[in-house]
Amino acid sequence: MRHLLSTKTLSRDEAIQILDVTEDMAATQQREVKKLPTLRGKTVVNLFFEDSTRTRISFEAAAKRLSADVISFATKGSSVSKGESLQDTAQTLEAIGADVIVLRHSMSGAPAVLAESGWISASVLNAGDGTHEHPTQALLDAFTLRRRIHGDASRGRGLDGVRVLIVGDILHSRVARSNLWLLSVLGAEVTLVGPPTLIPFGIEAWPATVSYDLDEAIATVRPDAVMMLRVQRERMNAAFFPSEREYAGLWGLSAARFAALPETAVVMHPGPMNRGFEISSAAADSSRSTVLEQVTAGVSTRMAALYLTATGGAA
Amino acid sequence: MAVRTVLHQADMTRALTRIAHEILEAARGPESLVLLGIPTRGVELADRLGTLLTEFSGVEVPVGSLDVTMYRDDLDRQPTRGPAPTRIPDSGIDGRTVVLVDDVLYSGRTIRAALDALTDLGRPAAVRLAVLVDRGHRQLPIRPDFVGKNLPSAASERIYVRLAATDGVEEVGIESGSEGDE
Repeated sequence: MRHLLSTKTLSRDEAIQILDVTEDMAATQQREVKKLPTLRGKTVVNLFFEDSTRTRISFEAAAKRLSADVISFATKGSSVSKGESLQDTAQTLEAIGADVIVLRHSMSGAPAVLAESGWISASVLNAGDGTHEHPTQALLDAFTLRRRIHGDASRGRGLDGVRVLIVGDILHSRVARSNLWLLSVLGAEVTLVGPPTLIPFGIEAWPATVSYDLDEAIATVRPDAVMMLRVQRERMNAAFFPSEREYAGLWGLSAARFAALPETAVVMHPGPMNRGFEISSAAADSSRSTVLEQVTAGVSTRMAALYLTATGGAA
Repeated sequence: MAVRTVLHQADMTRALTRIAHEILEAARGPESLVLLGIPTRGVELADRLGTLLTEFSGVEVPVGSLDVTMYRDDLDRQPTRGPAPTRIPDSGIDGRTVVLVDDVLYSGRTIRAALDALTDLGRPAAVRLAVLVDRGHRQLPIRPDFVGKNLPSAASERIYVRLAATDGVEEVGIESGSEGDE
């Protein structure tokens, strides 16, 4: 695997391989010595054109656990704010010796451009691009879910027949898109739930059922997992719903809705959570919430992604 | 391409039995032994040696597996490998005599990686090496303590080991790659 740009292009076998390598990485994170020498001498650059704390720290921890040298680069106050192009920035980083570039960008498709333009020979990992994809987030979600369902017998398995609700701002969410592609290739049945204004145009072509009513979806689908999306206030430059209170009332995972879920259903959230808005504390703090497991899985998943892209000579 | 079987099932059983006795002889007591197989076929060999050791000594000898993928020095030269699980027995390896088990000993680089992996897992009192076949061509100062069969070979030849549980048959053979072969 040269790059990791999206989950849409992953085959079922590739997806399961990444999840299985993540299992191995997670196992090493239980040890006293968590560091592996695997990427010694390699340089990983975190190139973040958008603010992100958890994804950047997670990638940084993952690269360090694999003994790579890590350079984290926030574009604020750098030459990018002076007008440098993506091409020049990337070529400069490669001239410094970057072997892997972890890119977050507000433009959908920026990582693909970087990977396919021929500007650089480094591997590119997409850490979120616009409203397009966030593949490592989807992989860590799938990993967390697979662990909750199959436990120690997870290796080699998909998520066949697992029913998942993805709730919230589907329109702007790259996490929802990456999750949808990955979950469906793994065999899960996905239902997207949100206000009609936040469901993208052309959704009929997606491999998912759509619902506008969360209570009805919970009652009819009987989900095994509910993924709550963060309402991205920073992307809300138009009135997509009348008020936050109305949104919370209709599409938030309130204590009452949490109680209506099947007893085994898990609650997932990519973070950061807006408590009392899209998710109630009753749901977020329960033992069926996987929020912190997802964070832990994030490091192992990113270790797997770095390992699979940064190693391997003539294949 | 010529294929020649060097060890048959009975030879392999005899070799493993002898190695098990040698391990017991060399160990001060069977209580401190831990066997760690190196995936893929080393794991099955370790399991079988463990059964034999337990039978001969009357003491349960713990068996595990040790994946060395993340410690290899050729990760940039080979297609990416998928790691295999590492299972360390509950007894741990600290202060014990660890016997690494692999099918074929060749350059010695896998064992080098295994020694590094062990260092990250604990501090054994001693580390020994048992292999079914030693084919020579060492690139590092590493030697086995217990050998099933010394098999001098040319670098162009390929040694293959097939085991009952993994491959359905049990044999060790040499495949000599002729010039046009690849």
